[in-house]
Amino acid sequence: MRRLALILLILAAGGAPPAMAERLVVSLSNHRVQITSSFAGEDLVLFGTIEPDKGKTTRKTGYDLVVTVTGPRQTLRTRRKERVLGIWVNIASREFVRVPAYLAVLSNRPVTDMADAQTRRRLQIGLDNFLLTQRIGPDVADTVVTDPFRVAFVRLQQNRGVYRESPAAVTFLTPAVFRAAIPLPADAPTGSYGIDVKLFSDGAMIAHTTSALEVIKAGFEQYVAEAAVNHGLLYGLATTLMALLTGWLASVVFRRD
Amino acid sequence: MPVNIFLVLGMGLTVGFISGMFGVGGGFLMTPLLIFIGISPAVVVASVAPQIAASLFTGFLTYWRRRAIDFALGAMLLSGGAIGTVTGVWLFTMLRAVDQLDLMIGLAYVVLLGIVGALMITESARAIMRAHQGLRADMRRPGSHVWFHHLPLKLRFKRSRIYVSVIPVWAIGAIIGFIGTILGVGGGFMLVPMLIYLLRVPTATVIGTSMILTLVTMIAATILHATANHLVDAVLALILMVGGVVGAQFGARAGQKIRGERLRLLLGILVLLVGIRFAIDLVVKPDDLYSIRHVRDM
Repeated sequence: MRRLALILLILAAGGAPPAMAERLVVSLSNHRVQITSSFAGEDLVLFGTIEPDKGKTTRKTGYDLVVTVTGPRQTLRTRRKERVLGIWVNIASREFVRVPAYLAVLSNRPVTDMADAQTRRRLQIGLDNFLLTQRIGPDVADTVVTDPFRVAFVRLQQNRGVYRESPAAVTFLTPAVFRAAIPLPADAPTGSYGIDVKLFSDGAMIAHTTSALEVIKAGFEQYVAEAAVNHGLLYGLATTLMALLTGWLASVVFRRD
Repeated sequence: MPVNIFLVLGMGLTVGFISGMFGVGGGFLMTPLLIFIGISPAVVVASVAPQIAASLFTGFLTYWRRRAIDFALGAMLLSGGAIGTVTGVWLFTMLRAVDQLDLMIGLAYVVLLGIVGALMITESARAIMRAHQGLRADMRRPGSHVWFHHLPLKLRFKRSRIYVSVIPVWAIGAIIGFIGTILGVGGGFMLVPMLIYLLRVPTATVIGTSMILTLVTMIAATILHATANHLVDAVLALILMVGGVVGAQFGARAGQKIRGERLRLLLGILVLLVGIRFAIDLVVKPDDLYSIRHVRDM
């Protein structure tokens, strides 16, 4: 009996995932965010722990953590104005294909301090390294970070609050327990969001996990917004009817003759 | 897009007041104001259309009760207007696709408001001067026989008591339908002078009749913009409508207390100022040379 238990124990140990030294466990405060007309933006909280490898001693250098949150994909066009005959005209434009409508890179310190440029490039760490595909002629590809359209696109999206990189959004409560604040702006795009958590130590990624959340709009406004796109004709007719009704009501209420 | 409801409602009230005071739809003021507070010109043009339709319908019902509408003339204007509206929506969609819509809206406003404003100011200033010198206003019936009065396809419009070729009527309808769709204006402020000076429609029926064309144009523009461009914002439109119809009632009462030519001078100055503002926006270097337009969701 003891022998059997021992064999089972050995089998179980052998069958367990051996690969990574540490394991990441994360939990989100809310997987489904409802945006109502009074929604003024909120911070979602992601909690997580780093489960150390039993055999190994704790690392000397400590941990670094990057959380990348990506919203639903959309295609956007960035346009540049130039002066033509004294007036400012959109002269050039570049289409950004299937880029996230929301993109947040949250970390416990600047990502440039965590790993070398090549590693960051490979793992798409940071806004500069995130793959933002553009249509350039017949090709669809990302450009160099200094490409003026890419720079302008990221800047405009940052101004709108939908793209951000905050090197202080992740805090370590204990060396192995962390907390990340995911900021959702008031006009957060609706749809499914992916959360990608990467753990670094000594300049290399040692663990990786994912999670997801969904942003849905609730109430009258969402109903109207959806109808506008899905039932254009019906929406137009309903709006017209509403206009005529309002006009008729006014003529009845304010009738003077 | 987060825009303060009370700001939009206030603007609806103000423009409604002005539109009631001067007897115009107010689109040529509402559209620029909404663009100036930062709403995308494309959405503004599409969403102002139902608001104008609402205020025009109120006026239309009033004139209908007074039997001051020439339906035969209105129907002829409409058949021209239909062509203008469809062409307008087509051009609107095309310009948007090549990122030149906002520019064209701005340019068109500068030209149109500049001309209309300047004409109104000179005309009303002359009238005021004449009144000052104690002279009688020129009562001669405006317009004279010009080439298009000799065009074929003449028709008699009984209620307006005119006998004209339908070709200029169609042309006027098409021009107004086209401009109205592109610019988010009913076009009443251009149509009424055109009908008076070019077709010599009497003042008794001119406003009511013009409303047939502008009302139907705005209804068609609403439906076409909603179907082709998905740009109509019904919530924005509703807020504007409520503000507009209420403001118009107070404006109409205020307007009866001011002399006609003074009123036209004020309106002319207002029109010219809005045009100048558009010109400044086109010429001054924008804060940001780059802008983003949403193409589609995945």
